[in-house]
Amino acid sequence: MTDRGRRDFMRLTALGTIAAVGGVPRARAGDTATLPFGNGARPLVAYPGKRPLLQMTARPPQLETPFAVFDEGAITSNDAFFVRYHLADIPTEIDPQAFRVAVTGHVERPVELSLADLKALPGQTEIVAVNQCSGNSRGFFEPRMAGGQLANGAMGCARWTGVPLKSVLDRAGVKAGAVQVAFNGLDRPVLPETPDFAKALSLDQAGDGQVLLAWGMNGADLPWLNGYPLRLVVPGYYGTYWVKHLDTITVLDKPFDGFWMKSAYRIPDNSCACTEPGKAPDKTVPIGRFNVRSFVTNLTDGAQVKAGRVDLRGIAFDGGSGIKSVAVSGDDGRSWIEAALGQDLGRYAFRTWTAAVELAPGTHALRVRATGNDGGTQPMEPRWNPAGYMRNVVETTRVRAT
Amino acid sequence: MSSTRPLRASIVAALALAPALAATSARAAPDTYTLPEPTAQFRPAPDAAHAAGFQAAQETCMTCHSADYVAMQPPKKGQAFWDAEVAKMIKVYRAPIAEEQARAIAAYLGATY
Repeated sequence: MTDRGRRDFMRLTALGTIAAVGGVPRARAGDTATLPFGNGARPLVAYPGKRPLLQMTARPPQLETPFAVFDEGAITSNDAFFVRYHLADIPTEIDPQAFRVAVTGHVERPVELSLADLKALPGQTEIVAVNQCSGNSRGFFEPRMAGGQLANGAMGCARWTGVPLKSVLDRAGVKAGAVQVAFNGLDRPVLPETPDFAKALSLDQAGDGQVLLAWGMNGADLPWLNGYPLRLVVPGYYGTYWVKHLDTITVLDKPFDGFWMKSAYRIPDNSCACTEPGKAPDKTVPIGRFNVRSFVTNLTDGAQVKAGRVDLRGIAFDGGSGIKSVAVSGDDGRSWIEAALGQDLGRYAFRTWTAAVELAPGTHALRVRATGNDGGTQPMEPRWNPAGYMRNVVETTRVRAT
Repeated sequence: MSSTRPLRASIVAALALAPALAATSARAAPDTYTLPEPTAQFRPAPDAAHAAGFQAAQETCMTCHSADYVAMQPPKKGQAFWDAEVAKMIKVYRAPIAEEQARAIAAYLGATY
């Protein structure tokens, strides 16, 4: 372990974060968990349809998944899946019979489709895909920045059921000259002057057959707070594009210029999507695909283990090339061993992995690093950008073997 | 997105009609969701000089978000951080907060969080 790692281990132990969220197998409502960064206290609140989750904010509702949930397997339960809203006027009454999604704008035949209409369109399909908030892990950035202060629990992997957006666009007939498709949902700002949350994709991506209008999640209706009754599923892309309560699809013949595309959710326009800590980028682009990440799920930072063979397991994912390999280190990155990959649920899914390391008595920094089929891998040192997006440093889990 | 408004209005109208339709058909009632009420409160001002800012924060910020949005931000980021946050709420999210009130809120937040 490096000196820095050792100091961090001592600090974490002293602060008692061993008993923090990851170490509690099943969180109980009414408890408070403490995420391992300043102002990290979070009440555990059970919303209707959800188990106790880390309440980041009550209004709008923003709930983080306790990290121990990710040790349950490659699929994240509906009742544990994270919740993120931007604006507080969220729908609290929806009639699924009366619900319509409108397809309008630069199309031959504007249409309004019911859920039954959507379910009758050609190409109904399922895909297992990770959804991850752009700002997942923001609380770990240093220097820290404003925004949702998340640990690593603003992600999840589900089996989504829906119809390709392409089928819906074909039904309406996209006119020549279209360039983008914009998406809006039933959630609204409190003040009408606040920019409504709406997002856009290029026409090419919207029509690629992978982007879905989904009504089902893990074999059930979408949970309310995950976008009931219909949401966009954009495999491999950050959650900001996965518009919830989706009721308006607008085909555009010029790029969408809404606030949430033009000003928000932008990353430095360079290969690392990063800047020198504390510095603003010269040029930005809209955030896009996930980078590759991996986590140990069966041990929490600060855990005590028995010296000798220590079994590790965890998850890995990337933006859709699929996980090629996962390596673990028991000595803070000096040496690495290959992990065995678990069941392949598709290139957009969490890929489980298992490995074992030999640990002598003492403190150890365990590291885990995944590589995608596209060659993408994780940096040993964290990168930084002003908004705190796309963290994917090789994670460190400090343990004490006795 | 202005072209979407008439369509939205028609959807709203359809939703409004739904209960009437329910009386004459086998239509299911609308599904509803009850959100837990926010409970977080702003921290009291550290001194009398920031009392007006504390008062103004309670009267304005919670129009759009609960107080925990403030409490979770990184600690001790300093006055410039909170000046920027209050400015963002006004310029970007269009919070109707007068300049003097905004200064008081930012000073309270900087001194308290």
